[in-house]
Amino acid sequence: MNDGRSHIYGVVGEFETPEQLLHAAEKTRLAGYRQIDAYAPFPVEGLSEALGLRGSLVPLITLIGGLMGGLTGFGFQYWVNVFAYPMNIGGRPLNSWPAFIPVTFELTILGASTFAVIGMLALNKLPQPYHPVFNVERFSRASNDRFFLCIEAGDPKFNLAEGARLLQSLGAQHVTEVRDETKDDVWVQAHD
Amino acid sequence: MSIGQPPVDSPEIRRLTPVLAPGHTYESVTEKISSIVLTRPTTLGWFVGFAIAFTFLGIMTVAIAWLIIKGVGIWGINVPIGWGFAIVNFVWWIGIGHAGTLISAILFLLNQKWRTSINRFAEAMTLFAVACAGIFPLIHTGRPWMAYYMFPYPSTMGIWPQFRSPLIWDVFAVSTYGTVSLLFWFVGLIPDLATLRDRATSKPKQIIFGALAMGWRGSARHWHRYQSAYLLLAGLATPLVLSVHTVVSFDFSIAIVPGWHTTIFPPYFVAGAIYSGFAMVLTIAIPLRKYYDLEDFITMRHLENMAKVMLATGLIVAYGYIIEFFMALYSGNKFDVFLVQQRLHGPYAPFYYALILCNILTPQLLWFQKVRTNVAILFLMSLVINSGMWLERFVIVIISLTRDFMPSAWGRYSPTVWDWATLTGTIGLFTTLIYLFVRVLPAISIAEMRELVHSFEKHK
Repeated sequence: MNDGRSHIYGVVGEFETPEQLLHAAEKTRLAGYRQIDAYAPFPVEGLSEALGLRGSLVPLITLIGGLMGGLTGFGFQYWVNVFAYPMNIGGRPLNSWPAFIPVTFELTILGASTFAVIGMLALNKLPQPYHPVFNVERFSRASNDRFFLCIEAGDPKFNLAEGARLLQSLGAQHVTEVRDETKDDVWVQAHD
Repeated sequence: MSIGQPPVDSPEIRRLTPVLAPGHTYESVTEKISSIVLTRPTTLGWFVGFAIAFTFLGIMTVAIAWLIIKGVGIWGINVPIGWGFAIVNFVWWIGIGHAGTLISAILFLLNQKWRTSINRFAEAMTLFAVACAGIFPLIHTGRPWMAYYMFPYPSTMGIWPQFRSPLIWDVFAVSTYGTVSLLFWFVGLIPDLATLRDRATSKPKQIIFGALAMGWRGSARHWHRYQSAYLLLAGLATPLVLSVHTVVSFDFSIAIVPGWHTTIFPPYFVAGAIYSGFAMVLTIAIPLRKYYDLEDFITMRHLENMAKVMLATGLIVAYGYIIEFFMALYSGNKFDVFLVQQRLHGPYAPFYYALILCNILTPQLLWFQKVRTNVAILFLMSLVINSGMWLERFVIVIISLTRDFMPSAWGRYSPTVWDWATLTGTIGLFTTLIYLFVRVLPAISIAEMRELVHSFEKHK
């Protein structure tokens, strides 16, 4: 447990190489921790698997966006040309579907792309201006040249000292507790 | 990469010029790229270049203002030649944009590592080129304040756009292309914006980059979805980029005008678009790597590869020209045959020969490695090809419109000073945006460069 100090978000260890991070993530999971997250300045191959992340929902959302875009595009053109504003051009069919393909295609791509981006951001809960890991001073290097592994306090197995020891044994150079400033008042109580 | 040990100083070794100079670390690539935005002082050279570009942008503003006051009569367009410079320039600019998407999407799907250091500014180039392109059809409508008529909205007049018209397809293709290019570019920028946020020392920069980075923290869960979204965007942008110039070519090929009504147009327009786009990427990359000391990142290998792409797409374009002639002669259609004669001997024949010189003959020099690795010649050649591709659109638009079916409908076209002012003005707009871009955003993807560093370390 978090020792009754609810301001603790977790414990984070800093690694020098992506290989160390991968190794640490695997071992931490094997040690039984489930609420862990890794931070890296670029996507590290194999990290998702090491953390046990399942497939993402982004492709499904993209498919839905594409289908909606395409169906809207075709349906709208059909409605305009057949019902709203029919034009008889030499007796040709009103539903001249081959001529509707370019716009249908473009709207399919537009729908799929916007859904892919918005879906990705929404699932990642971005924009998110505040996150406790930013309180760790050295964490600014997570966007440069360092790799971090965080064991979160929400994990049923979480214990600050034990987590720190584990991260250290896995080769972390700096191990720091992560404070959640939004829960500061609780922290004051716990220490008074 | 384990490709054996080639003998020292062989062509093989030169062929293996790396896509990243050796000795770089995560920190060094981050520092080198972000310092251009964050710490390097703005040089006098930048201000001079920016001032020149901005002057041309001013010329464009004046030209457009005068156009809005007086109407399209200030241009050289007339009754048979209703399209003129506006459409020539539109097709030229939109084509230039295509290389950015090709580099960022198609080369990404093909797992080409050399795209990494050129994709960011090539995507920016795409956006700016689409912005320049979009201006032309808008002002060519004559009443740009009514351009919203082209979008389907429920109007009180109860009318709707003609969805069977390629001009409406164009509206959808170009606006989708602009939007998707922007999304792709922005998604690629997010991790780098976070890097700038973390490295910025002044409060305003921290706030601006912080807001744009949206709180990106490099979480593995985020990267997991990010990579999935990025791959999907690349997969979606690939057919999109092929469709955009296809739709632009439909503006011509759906019409029955001689010289336009051919099935070769879509593939040949797409190849031409990529051809001119790569030329423009070189035009930007060569000064950029020199003035910001990016030779380690944009190496000879990149320039050579781009030269090869230009050679290949240039040959496809040449094939297109040959097929145009062949189909005209083989069909025996007298209007098509006549148009071929007009291209070779008509009043605009010099433009046609200049086009052949710029687009077909000069690029054959790219067969030689000495030319492909000579930066000065490559730069000149990129300008020649850009001019050649502009001439191609001029030849297509002007010659066909001045010589259609009936001699009584023939005409002549010559641009006015306002036509030239608008064209050079958009070049000013484009250059201004490029100047601003390299100073305020990372011109090379930092996160992807780190990945490249990592992949080199793994293969050591």
